[in-house]
Amino acid sequence: MSDLKAPIAVRCTPELVYNYAAGRYGSLFLQGLKEGRILASRCRRCARTLVPPRLACTGCFGAMEDAVELEPRGELLAFTLVAFPFLDPFTGIQRPIPYCYGMVRFAGADNTFQYFLSEKDPAKLRVGQPVRAVFRAAAERVGEMADLLYFEPGIGG
Amino acid sequence: MGERVAIIGAGQTPHRSRRLDVSAPELIDEAVQAALADAGLEPDGIDAIVVGNMEHFEGIHLSDLWAVEGTGGVGKPHLKIATGGTTGSSLAQAAYYLVAGGMFPTVLAVGWERLSDSEGETTTGIVTAFDPIYERPTLAGAVSGLAVMACQYQARTGVRAEEAALVVVQARENAARNPHAHLSKAVTVPEVLASPLLSSPLRYLDMCPTSDGACAVVFTSRPGARRAAWVRGVASRHNHTLLGDVAEGAHDYINTLEQAAADAYGQAGIRDPRREFDVVEMYEPCTWAALEWAESLGLAPRGHAAALWADGTARRDGDLPINPSGGVLCANPIGATGLVRVAEASAQVRAAAGPLQVDGVRTALVTGFGGSFWSEVMILGSEA
Repeated sequence: MSDLKAPIAVRCTPELVYNYAAGRYGSLFLQGLKEGRILASRCRRCARTLVPPRLACTGCFGAMEDAVELEPRGELLAFTLVAFPFLDPFTGIQRPIPYCYGMVRFAGADNTFQYFLSEKDPAKLRVGQPVRAVFRAAAERVGEMADLLYFEPGIGG
Repeated sequence: MGERVAIIGAGQTPHRSRRLDVSAPELIDEAVQAALADAGLEPDGIDAIVVGNMEHFEGIHLSDLWAVEGTGGVGKPHLKIATGGTTGSSLAQAAYYLVAGGMFPTVLAVGWERLSDSEGETTTGIVTAFDPIYERPTLAGAVSGLAVMACQYQARTGVRAEEAALVVVQARENAARNPHAHLSKAVTVPEVLASPLLSSPLRYLDMCPTSDGACAVVFTSRPGARRAAWVRGVASRHNHTLLGDVAEGAHDYINTLEQAAADAYGQAGIRDPRREFDVVEMYEPCTWAALEWAESLGLAPRGHAAALWADGTARRDGDLPINPSGGVLCANPIGATGLVRVAEASAQVRAAAGPLQVDGVRTALVTGFGGSFWSEVMILGSEA
């Protein structure tokens, strides 16, 4: 073949819509957020407590039969300030930046929960800091993740 | 115990930000032809093919259908493997298992990616790999996932950003000798520290690029008189779905790598990895990951991996060369990236690495990283 003088790329911009089933455990968790509560699942076999609640225990793969409510507070175990632009697959447009999120271990939980932080200056955050969950006003909650606004530094932070 | 398995050839494309001059199968064909030539095989010498990429980057599903014109797989067993960042290392493991199990004498592993096809929106693609309800709203792809890990590593060890930056300084030095590398311009520590913040503490020059490229590697139980790198250990450890479950053990973010390494070291009889490996081709998607994971691999005591780069141990002429190719920090066609590590390490063991050759390589360590911090390890040796 002769040398390529003018390479061509063909543009394709599909719009795809999905509806993801939250399932038995996810629906329970999202209903809990609507009520301003943090619900977890607990394993009867090894007593691990996980947020969000789910079918299988991460420690022993046992069925998690019990739901428990946790205090809406915990400890910040890691955090990052996201500062680079990218398209948000939820919206197809750039996600607003900068924003901070972190890994929070709820008091009484064994795992961590990845969610937004109110603080946007990482210099004011530290690993081990106490944080508390802040919800939307009750009248505005609809049973979705956004019912949980963010974690903010708590007493002792 | 199955068949002994050797790598007898490997081929790569140059990895570049945009290969607009070739289509996907044309890109794949470049690597496949190079691997066949390196192995001294004609296409009919391949009994089965495993192929993979990370499909949503190109928006192509059934990517094995698209790839076949480049792989030469028509009329042959042709299996797709897609495990995210580990796709390339999983391809190597699958090819190994197919040969070791005695099902096929010679198997070709082919990994490829065209990250430029999604107009650079690699992060968007990676976000869609994660849980749509709980973690997509916050996650900013591999960049923020690795940033969270780096935050924990920093908090635990007190290692400073200028120490981590030495990893990419060395990687670019090595890549300057590698014709396949995407990024080979020298960088300095002050340049790394002054580069734009992506996701704290990760800066632009701490992070791997996104590349177009392909890689192919030939695995066989019948190497004949060909120069061979023998597979002496293979291990894979998967991880939880949610990053919130992965991160629960703040003291050891990637325990899957420690577990996979222990398994593979046991198979190969490795007791002192720091002394027994002659070269390492590590999947290091960012500078901080290279530090933490060198520790997970037992190459340095916990919290002290930065010394490997600071004192020259990891240099290509050092006592334990790490990524003489320049590594993932200098080329990252994601579905091929893990297989490139295998290709580079096998070339080192076969004394076929050309300008990248490290003297006297008998044993090489290869890693793969993907998904929610899951890990794969392969050990290659000059003797079966």
